Amino acid sequence: MPETETKKKAKDEEKANGDANGQGKEGSGEGLERFDREQLHHFMREMLLYRRFEEKAEEAYAIGKIGGFCHLHIGQEAVALGFIGPLRDEDYVITAYRDHTQALAKGLEPGPVMAELFGRDGGVSRGKGGSMHIFGVEQRFMGGHGIVGAQVPLAAGMGWSIKYREEDHVCVCFLGDAAVNQGAFHEAMNMSAVWELPVIYVVENNEYGMGTAIERVSAVPIVERGEGYGVPTHTVNGQDIIETWSFVEDLVQEVRDGAGPQYVEARTYRFKGHSMSDPVSGTYRSKDEVEEKKEKEDPITVLRERLFEAELMSQDELEALDEEVRKVADEAVEFAEDSPFPSDEELYTHVYAELNEHGRLFLDGRDR
Amino acid sequence: MPEITYREALNQALAEEMERDDSVFLLGEEVAEYDGAYKVSKGLLDQFGPQRVVDTPISELGFAGLGVGAAMTGLRPIVEFMTFNFSILALDQVINSAAKMYYMSGGQISLPMVFRGPTGAALQLSAQHSQACETWYVHAPGIKLVTPGTPADAKGLLKASIRDDDPVAFMEGELLYNLKGEVPDPEDGDFVIPLGKAEVKREGADVSIITHGKMVNLAMQVAGKLEKEDVDVEVLDLRTLRPLDVEAILATVRKTNRAVYLEEGWPYVGIGSQIVTTIQEEAFDYLDAPVLRVTQADVPMPYAKNLEKLAKPDADRVVAACNRVLYRD
Ligand SMILES: Cc1ncc(C[n+]2csc(CCOP(=O)(O)OP(=O)(O)O)c2C)c(N)n1
Ligand SMILES: [Mg+2]
Repeated sequence: MPETETKKKAKDEEKANGDANGQGKEGSGEGLERFDREQLHHFMREMLLYRRFEEKAEEAYAIGKIGGFCHLHIGQEAVALGFIGPLRDEDYVITAYRDHTQALAKGLEPGPVMAELFGRDGGVSRGKGGSMHIFGVEQRFMGGHGIVGAQVPLAAGMGWSIKYREEDHVCVCFLGDAAVNQGAFHEAMNMSAVWELPVIYVVENNEYGMGTAIERVSAVPIVERGEGYGVPTHTVNGQDIIETWSFVEDLVQEVRDGAGPQYVEARTYRFKGHSMSDPVSGTYRSKDEVEEKKEKEDPITVLRERLFEAELMSQDELEALDEEVRKVADEAVEFAEDSPFPSDEELYTHVYAELNEHGRLFLDGRDR
Repeated sequence: MPEITYREALNQALAEEMERDDSVFLLGEEVAEYDGAYKVSKGLLDQFGPQRVVDTPISELGFAGLGVGAAMTGLRPIVEFMTFNFSILALDQVINSAAKMYYMSGGQISLPMVFRGPTGAALQLSAQHSQACETWYVHAPGIKLVTPGTPADAKGLLKASIRDDDPVAFMEGELLYNLKGEVPDPEDGDFVIPLGKAEVKREGADVSIITHGKMVNLAMQVAGKLEKEDVDVEVLDLRTLRPLDVEAILATVRKTNRAVYLEEGWPYVGIGSQIVTTIQEEAFDYLDAPVLRVTQADVPMPYAKNLEKLAKPDADRVVAACNRVLYRD
């Protein structure tokens, strides 16, 4: 897709809809024909699973089963599914600390992901990483990263590996709207363009970085922050899985065919607080704003309306799907509960991959 | 004396210094409209306006550098890092610009600025968010380092740091913000604690626990515990790590002849390494036992609750180290 065309399209749409999240499309059957019934039901099931999974995490956090920072993706599920669903197993995904749903989307099992949140030995990262550091190298889920923007150059490195080995895989890198203010992002964009790396940078524009509205810290709209590097830029409505999935499926094919790096702004919204320890609303955004977004732009509701209207899903079918994923989420919690805490010896494992024969690696003088 | 929290003490210091000197301004992530991620700057936006209490983009390297540039041209910036973990991203400006400017310019440009925020681990924040950053800052000559462990020290030392003509890193404790303590009433005059002065937080005769920052509170707890076993612990709080109050360190060693260094960070070339060196170079003859250190385990901070507990220095480890230097074990 040539840069100007997509950009222009996004801008025209924005004008036409008068709304950042493209509400003009509501209820329209447009785009559905691309998918069969089974696929559409799969979309619903996946997003419901992410939602129920994180609701369980929320409950567990409230009773102290999960500690530290825990950032929920609730409200942004279509971005995770839409950008990861169309990928192959061999493609890489990397993201920041808001990482649970992307991990599920890339094929990590709900039980071990929940166990990681619980800090248990059966967790994907053996209880060492926690909520912000979900890793699943087998599924090519290259982690949740805690330092804003730090994952962006890492994604460029993954693109580098793909190119080095002459593969046709891609790397999808998620970052927040506020992360485009880090130098690392701009350095990585430039290198990606210069070396034509097969990386799709997805900025999840949920309008805020913690308690700061993005307009307060960016003089131009988010999509324009990716300009100036020779990387094509695009905008999608990240609350509509049909639009997002279709767009990404095409884009991924172009990147496999050699189109080089891409920058996509996914318009979305976070329904919960920045992390479990932050308020949902407050001085930085009003309760009304959040309620209105939840009512009009919930990705699950948007899909439900579209499927109901096109008579591609019935209320009973929806309820059956929901019941099924609630069970999966419950089982994930059970798995986490049943998993033991890591044993004391684990404190010193995984610091080094090679425990050399000579010299001392650990200088704390403690018994191991 | 009124009892206030560590957070309120810092807030008072900021407000008083901004009131006193209009070249002082505060910038950092969420410091203005959100009142600070840990509410340290609460109310300052209302009091001083958006020109002096500034929300920045998430651009640590950039706004640390902007602070340096402003200080080069005569302002007195206070750069807040949401936590010092994120300042690792800004270390180039701290070490290559801030710490060296006065020297490189042959004394033409001094940098009266403060980098502040919490250092060290809170609870289960995992590897990238639970680091004691003291060593990185103290390693480079040209920058000063202050680590208050009580509300009174937080206030008095922050005021001194803001008035200092050199770059000062001022490291707070995330778990200290709610700690209460006596702090002199602002009505009773300006309360400033000079940099470079350690304080004996508890007099004792048998063994010295030397420490800094948040760990002062753990040391006091251990002293109370050992008192019940008739061991009289002296607690020396360094308060400032550069300038370092070497005289106070030597004095406590000469008095008790036994010392333990307690710190939150990693052992390798940690703060304790320097303190032990100083003691053995300058007070070797006074020692009745090797000086021991209690630190975080030499691993990145794990997330799992049980492993995190194991990794952190705790009372039992400090008691054990005291017993060893006393040959009680
Ligand atoms: C370098 C760095 N600075 C600050 C933080 C603290 N912090 C964590 S998330 C966040 C906001 C990021 O917002 P955005 O990039 O929009 O992502 P979102 O949380 O909205 O998904 C901040 C300031 C951090 N983790 N790393
Ligand atoms: Mg955001």
